[in-house]
Amino acid sequence: MKILITVKQVAALDEDFEIRADGRDVEEEFLIRDLNEWDDYSLEEAVKIKEASSDPVEVVVMSVAPGEADEALRKCLAKGADRAIRIWDDGLEGSDPMAIARVLAAAARSEAPDMLFAGVQSSDQSFAATGIATAAFLGWPHAAVVSSLDYAPGAKRAVFRRELEGGLLHEVEIQCPAVLTIQLGINTPRYASLRSIKQAAAKPIEVKTLADLGLSAGDAGESGSHSRIRRMYIPDKGRAQLIEGDAAAQAARLAEIIREFKGDAA
Amino acid sequence: MSGVLVIAEQRRGELRPVSLELIGAAQALRGAGDTVAVAVLAPSPERLVDSLKLAGVDEIVAVKVAAAEFDPDTFEAAIGALIEARKPGVVLVAHSVDSFGCAAALAAKLNLGFATDVFKAERIDGELVATRGGYGQKVNVEVDFPGRATVLLAIRAGVFKPPEQPGAPRVTEFAAPATASRSTGRDFIELSSNDDVDMTAAEFILTIGRGIGEEANVAQFKELADAVGATLGCSRPIADAGWLPKSRQVGQSGKTASACKLYIAMGVSGAIQHLAGMKHVATIVAVNSDAGASIFGVAKYGVVGDIFEIAEELRRHF
Repeated sequence: MKILITVKQVAALDEDFEIRADGRDVEEEFLIRDLNEWDDYSLEEAVKIKEASSDPVEVVVMSVAPGEADEALRKCLAKGADRAIRIWDDGLEGSDPMAIARVLAAAARSEAPDMLFAGVQSSDQSFAATGIATAAFLGWPHAAVVSSLDYAPGAKRAVFRRELEGGLLHEVEIQCPAVLTIQLGINTPRYASLRSIKQAAAKPIEVKTLADLGLSAGDAGESGSHSRIRRMYIPDKGRAQLIEGDAAAQAARLAEIIREFKGDAA
Repeated sequence: MSGVLVIAEQRRGELRPVSLELIGAAQALRGAGDTVAVAVLAPSPERLVDSLKLAGVDEIVAVKVAAAEFDPDTFEAAIGALIEARKPGVVLVAHSVDSFGCAAALAAKLNLGFATDVFKAERIDGELVATRGGYGQKVNVEVDFPGRATVLLAIRAGVFKPPEQPGAPRVTEFAAPATASRSTGRDFIELSSNDDVDMTAAEFILTIGRGIGEEANVAQFKELADAVGATLGCSRPIADAGWLPKSRQVGQSGKTASACKLYIAMGVSGAIQHLAGMKHVATIVAVNSDAGASIFGVAKYGVVGDIFEIAEELRRHF
């Protein structure tokens, strides 16, 4: 049995940052990289299923990214993934989530897992698209925003709840293999032990190219993308009026705001 | 190839409010002579048609589907067939949980231009340009769709104004293709809890976020909320960690602070999902040590500082 998890090394911005000279991204030196928060939960869900299963289950993580993402993949290995695959090719530069999904689908096809998990979205670009697009390219059943899951490895059906807006859940049964996008809070991701971090550092990361997956340059990069970044810019800061002073002065003004409100409310 | 096709969203027999906002968003995208058609997919779509008869709508397309509620295979087949039959220039859906489950699949299968969480959409020199957030909403990103005959945009809720005036669109029917769906919807479950708080009724909310650091610190803020007369709320990470019940979570998947007039957010960074539940509040005060936190973008007052120090000092006043 095999569960495949697609992951992303996301980037947060330093407090001060600059837009790249071409105006289409942030200068790389201001990016702080880490494993996408959602992917931490989808990995944990797979590892939990593996641990609860009496049959052997292989947990494989996969990412479309250049070498710097090895750090995120090693984090997954330290948290219980058995294998890590990284797909990169210069032709992938400029890929949008749809182009990434096409590559993930090709790689998933060759892995032939029983189930595929993706995060609901990435914390940096927040498209909420890659997992479900991967399912479409695979032709697999799919569901988004799964907040609880009942699945035994190899089962032909899974039952889950998707988390809707406003505190509502919807229970659904789905045919497997399927692609499910996993929501925060579905479990409590574990911390990696020092020992497992050391072991992960020694594990190989399998690297594949477009050609290895039978894809051509036209499937990836800008030509394989369904959108193109035209311009990135820093929006005007909001209208918040800053309350200055030390903590005591700030709290005094805050107390005044509360009193004013209570006066109005009374 | 022209015109705008809006996909209205319904759940349990009711149109979701964002559906009407999509009609508002469509107006800026229609060219001269373009029409705006609104499709509604439901087992009995005719029941929802009247609430879509609004200014700016030229046609309502009633699409009868077999699934009682949203189902990816059924909706992708029906919307896909409609797009192929009509060949609209732009298709608008809500950036919602239902569309998370089908929009990207439609874009993949029909080879559509595609962007999600769009809060601005316009034509610049005739080209469609959509604006969305990037890097946790710290930058704005303009995207375009070179060479795409049809572009699918998932529009952020709470941004566009629904039309206020009634209209008299024609109503047509569209036969959805028969689909063997690979998933089956069962029941809806309302989040219940032993906690009897009603965040939607609270007028004064004090919300804590990831900035409180650890569970042991919750008590201090609970005590502060009680002292100042506020209802204690939280952002998602606090509820996910089990530090406060889910019923206290404010945001897209939690509760909306509907009745709130004063909202004090302490240690809340302001993820877009959290803002969806509170950005409408008249007086928002954000307290955060990170001057770059997104929450300051919607706050009326900002306090940049240590939330524990401020909390302690504030407590002395009550």
